[in-house]
Amino acid sequence: MFNPAQPGFWSDRRVERLLGAVACLVLLLIVGMIAFVFAKAWPSFAHNGLAWFGGGGDLDRQLEDIFNSPSNPADYVYELRAWPLLWGTFVVTAGAVLIGIVFSLFAAIFIVEFAPPRVAGLLEPVVRLLAAVPSVVYGLIGILVIVPWVGEHLISLERKESVANVIQLDGSSIGVGIMILTIMIVPIMIAIVVDALRAVPRSWTEGASALGVNRWRVTWSIVVRTARPAIVAAAVLATARALGEAIMLSMVSGSASFAPNPIDGITFLFEPTRPLASALVENVEGLTVVPFGQTLFAFAAVLLVSSMFLSLAGFVAKQSMRKYGVQP
Amino acid sequence: MNATAERAPALPTRATPRDSVRAWPLRDQVGYFLAWGAGLALIAIAGSIVAYMAYRGAQYFDLSLLFESPNAEIDQSASGGFKDPLIGTAMLLVMSTLIAAPLGVAIAVWLTEYGRPAGLARAVESAIEIVAGTPSIVLAMFGLILFQEWFGFLTFDAEGSTLGRSFIAASAMMSLIALPLVVGATRESLNAIPRHVREASYALGKTKAATIRRVLLPAARPGIGTGAALGMGRVAGDTAIVVILLGSTLQIINGGDGDVFGLFRGTGSTLTSYVYLNSPAGEGLAPEKAYFAAFVLMCLVIVLNFAVTRLARGRKPQWTR
Repeated sequence: MFNPAQPGFWSDRRVERLLGAVACLVLLLIVGMIAFVFAKAWPSFAHNGLAWFGGGGDLDRQLEDIFNSPSNPADYVYELRAWPLLWGTFVVTAGAVLIGIVFSLFAAIFIVEFAPPRVAGLLEPVVRLLAAVPSVVYGLIGILVIVPWVGEHLISLERKESVANVIQLDGSSIGVGIMILTIMIVPIMIAIVVDALRAVPRSWTEGASALGVNRWRVTWSIVVRTARPAIVAAAVLATARALGEAIMLSMVSGSASFAPNPIDGITFLFEPTRPLASALVENVEGLTVVPFGQTLFAFAAVLLVSSMFLSLAGFVAKQSMRKYGVQP
Repeated sequence: MNATAERAPALPTRATPRDSVRAWPLRDQVGYFLAWGAGLALIAIAGSIVAYMAYRGAQYFDLSLLFESPNAEIDQSASGGFKDPLIGTAMLLVMSTLIAAPLGVAIAVWLTEYGRPAGLARAVESAIEIVAGTPSIVLAMFGLILFQEWFGFLTFDAEGSTLGRSFIAASAMMSLIALPLVVGATRESLNAIPRHVREASYALGKTKAATIRRVLLPAARPGIGTGAALGMGRVAGDTAIVVILLGSTLQIINGGDGDVFGLFRGTGSTLTSYVYLNSPAGEGLAPEKAYFAAFVLMCLVIVLNFAVTRLARGRKPQWTR
């Protein structure tokens, strides 16, 4: 009977079933989470159709109307045009990932190929430290140090006046968000790229060196080229991370439901915005109001789909380095 | 210089001068210096963050803050310290690791040692991959509804209305953050154990289950430790889940009749939510205390990371030559 202390109770078959059951439980939980988020989000998508992703109207006003909708389920308000949030998310994420991938590629090349051993030894804990600093600490430094500084020194009065009737520029902006987010995702990318660069077979680079190619060319045309899938994987996984960054961005990006316009030139970088994830943090108090909660879950669903897609894409991209016989 | 040259055996002389950066084409030089620039910039950024936080931490250093409960007061002398957030952080760390570590190890063992049927194993693998990429804010919202609607009895009861908030809810969701890290590190170290070690164990008449328990798990211990410590670092630093699943109270509120279970069912705060709520983004009541709390938090996370480095080095397993 059921007596785990009895010798022979933990037979192979039992252990396999038990471990498999645990794995299935977690699988079920995760599948359940995805299904659940979509089920909750559905009304918001269904009422708006594709216009959900479009622009139009004042988003803050729409959210307020949803929040104050009548308690009768038939009269729930769902009208929403989420474009400012989506655009804010896109701008901040794309900016950070583009700057970050270039920066971390060079940093990784430095660590693997050119850094003197002592500097390389110092860089390893440095990268790990940057990865470990909690986002709220980045946010705190951002909101108490960088945002006021940018607002006082980098944004001229004329610039503030030029858009004064549309939006207030006080320093909390896309630019600051991108900057701090870049610092936050660079360590992830460096870790992946460094691993890939190190995995390139020594004989390949030695062969090129023997032919008289200089060290930079060897690195650039052989090592980096072989590691291209890993660079893609790094960018993709960092994008997933950047999309989900809520706390730091809600602290420094100004949390205005405003779609900044790239035509504004440099002013664009100083305009506030509000990415999806921050919008979730700031509005979560209203989750108990049914239609408002469903709208929030629609935001969450968009985040979940993008991050799911990105994680799987990153996983696939990492695998493709195997075709060179290189273990990533 | 001369003496060493004489003593050295005759080496073939270089046909071409040594490869020097100055002799490279300009394009390559630019790349080389960009690489140096990126590396040094990284050190400078990390250095300035640590230096700045250490400076602020030292400026507002006050050990008594560690032993006072916080109060929501505008007057700084009355707003207390962050004893409760410290306890909250410790509780979340312990509880989420207690959930994540056994689950993670079980999944990793099943994936590497059994993994049948293959399709199911791939599905579990992808699910872990997905959870690793899911924003913690989405996990938090899922957790809030999950505990509100189905596991309300495990959560804090505010005058009869279930809010879905408690330490149990928060640590359950936190464990999902730590889970992929534990699974990944454990799998890696299980895969590093050579095949012949398992075969030797079977040859001695051990069952597969006994091999896992007596041979593989002890050998994978440094890997499990690394994964758990990495996970704890992420748990300690996560804010979104805490802000949502513990709410914006600063003090620990017992959810029951003052017993231990009530403590788990109750809500409170952690260092991260304390920093967030005391910064201008939250109530903005005590930025100085937020600085010191952030400093303590950073020290904690750095210590956890050193633990990772120590564990990852670990002892060399006995079968490596």
